[in-house]
Amino acid sequence: MRYVLIGNSIACVGAVEGIRANDKEGRITIVGKEKYPVYSRPLISYYLQGKVKERNLFYKTEAFYKDNGCEAMLGTEALSIDASRKTVKLSDGSVVPYDKLLVATGSSPFVPPMNGLEKVAIKHTFYTLDDARALQESVNQNSKVLIIGCGLIGLKCAECLKDLVNKITMVDFAEKILPACLDGKASGMVKLNLEENGIEVLLGTSVKEFEANSATLTNGKEVDFDAVVLAVGVRPNVSLVKDAGGAVGRGIVVDERMRTSLADVYAAGDCVENTDCVFGGCRVLALFPSAFTGGRVAGINMSGGNAANGMDFAVNSTKLFGQSIMTAGCMSGEQLETESTGYKALFVQDNKLKGYIIIDDIERAGIYTALIRNGTDLSTVDFEMLQRKPGLLAFDKEVRQSILGGEV
Amino acid sequence: MKRVYVKEEWCLGCHLCEYNCAFANSNERDMVSALKGKPWVSAVQIEESADVCFAVACRHCKEPLCVTACITGALTKAEDGSVRIDRDKCVGCHSCIMMCPYGAVVMDGNHVANKCQLCLTNKFGQPKCVEGCPNGAIVYEER
Ligand SMILES: Cc1cc2nc3c(=O)[nH]c(=O)nc-3n(C[C@H](O)[C@H](O)[C@H](O)COP(=O)(O)OP(=O)(O)OC[C@H]3O[C@@H](n4cnc5c(N)ncnc54)[C@H](O)[C@@H]3O)c2cc1C
Repeated sequence: MRYVLIGNSIACVGAVEGIRANDKEGRITIVGKEKYPVYSRPLISYYLQGKVKERNLFYKTEAFYKDNGCEAMLGTEALSIDASRKTVKLSDGSVVPYDKLLVATGSSPFVPPMNGLEKVAIKHTFYTLDDARALQESVNQNSKVLIIGCGLIGLKCAECLKDLVNKITMVDFAEKILPACLDGKASGMVKLNLEENGIEVLLGTSVKEFEANSATLTNGKEVDFDAVVLAVGVRPNVSLVKDAGGAVGRGIVVDERMRTSLADVYAAGDCVENTDCVFGGCRVLALFPSAFTGGRVAGINMSGGNAANGMDFAVNSTKLFGQSIMTAGCMSGEQLETESTGYKALFVQDNKLKGYIIIDDIERAGIYTALIRNGTDLSTVDFEMLQRKPGLLAFDKEVRQSILGGEV
Repeated sequence: MKRVYVKEEWCLGCHLCEYNCAFANSNERDMVSALKGKPWVSAVQIEESADVCFAVACRHCKEPLCVTACITGALTKAEDGSVRIDRDKCVGCHSCIMMCPYGAVVMDGNHVANKCQLCLTNKFGQPKCVEGCPNGAIVYEER
């Protein structure tokens, strides 16, 4: 059996582990455009901050490829897939045949057209290790940086630049920070924390026109900068599958087993659209846990096993300027705000927990996440107790017994 | 694999397991130098109400969700089935806390994650909480 995996990142690692759970012999070729062994993308901001040493950027040990019998073609791009011949054409001119193919090409930063952007000399995206290094080299203690986009990537970028530059301004078209994940109150708490850390945050406005070192905003305000970071959003890398005739929506279309519409071609990670079991529809989740799990499910199925990826939904946890921000599921149904040392909002619909937003008070929050995942009927637990403080005490003795007295 | 199992009917809520856990993972010579006058964290936690109490620690799940969500690779499932943490790699993003269905990952004073490793990585080699439990309310065995 010959496996070819395109994209050397988190979904790919999941797939290697999935394949090797069933097939110790098959040949695995990994084609990765970036020249590095697999590193953790979310760590690039911690790396610039000096909080993560270079060796700890790497998600797996050096021995990973060898131990798993993988040939890693790093610094090589897959240019096209021929789904009828079952081959992939690579940037080094070679054509590699596959029995099973995984497309795990992730996503790329999306840069919308903006007036005058071409006049800006120093502009960056913040997505890869090379992006992070280039950004670091182009700024200094006197720099003013304008970050476009108050999503997770823009926020993490602001956090790591804080001690490296003189001034940071963030601009977002949305009225809220992380609008897809946070309600007004939580967003306000995050904004306040940013401001207390010296970051200027301008919401509900966007750039009308760039000049070389300044931007005029739609609200009339003028912002000076030495460098711009574009963190508006990301788009799934779907073209390989699309050009080969595979079904593509906002992301590559896959079924529960992570099969694309092309025979023997699987896809996983940020490049696919998944069924979100809480949200109840298809969407691109573009999250680390979804990438790993989707990759693993693909790998298991590619190697003759049987796995389904039916339990995916949005989860996010990060720490920003010392503040913990944790969210899961979606903000639908009745919103219950509970007593908290930080902020805690739970969303309940049809007597099930659908989502939560927590600032700082995150202790044991995974118990909430499990209620969402399992679709637990809240009348079977002491939900009042859970709202105050998540714990196993709120469950029936038999449930507790099966958790603490058995294998899970 | 051998895991720590809980018999809640035998638990008195004396919290000795917590003291033993914090001590065993402290690298100190004795319990007093490990705990007295210092902030300490235990990877096993007692939950208690008026009539029930029991200890909760990592279940070393067959398919650990914490591992799939760990953005640094600090959490791994070892060959022996135990779920291990490399605290040098942890950046304190709390993704593991968000994912653990049992609330068994805790935060340390320095904000990195902490969890039960069955004392396999310290000098004791087997769970100190179990050894110190006066009632056998937690046991370390194959089930
Ligand atoms: C700053 C930052 C912070 C983040 N923080 C979090 C967080 O806290 N929590 C969270 O859940 N997620 C976070 N994310 C998102 C997370 O990094 C992604 O969800 C995850 O990396 C997706 O993994 P993936 O394997 O699908 O793809 P990616 O990590 O995007 O990797 C895809 C790889 O494929 C390569 N590739 C693409 N096309 C080709 C081709 N044709 N040939 C060969 N190689 C190709 C790319 O170069 C890339 O290396 C963050 C992202 C960033 C940038």
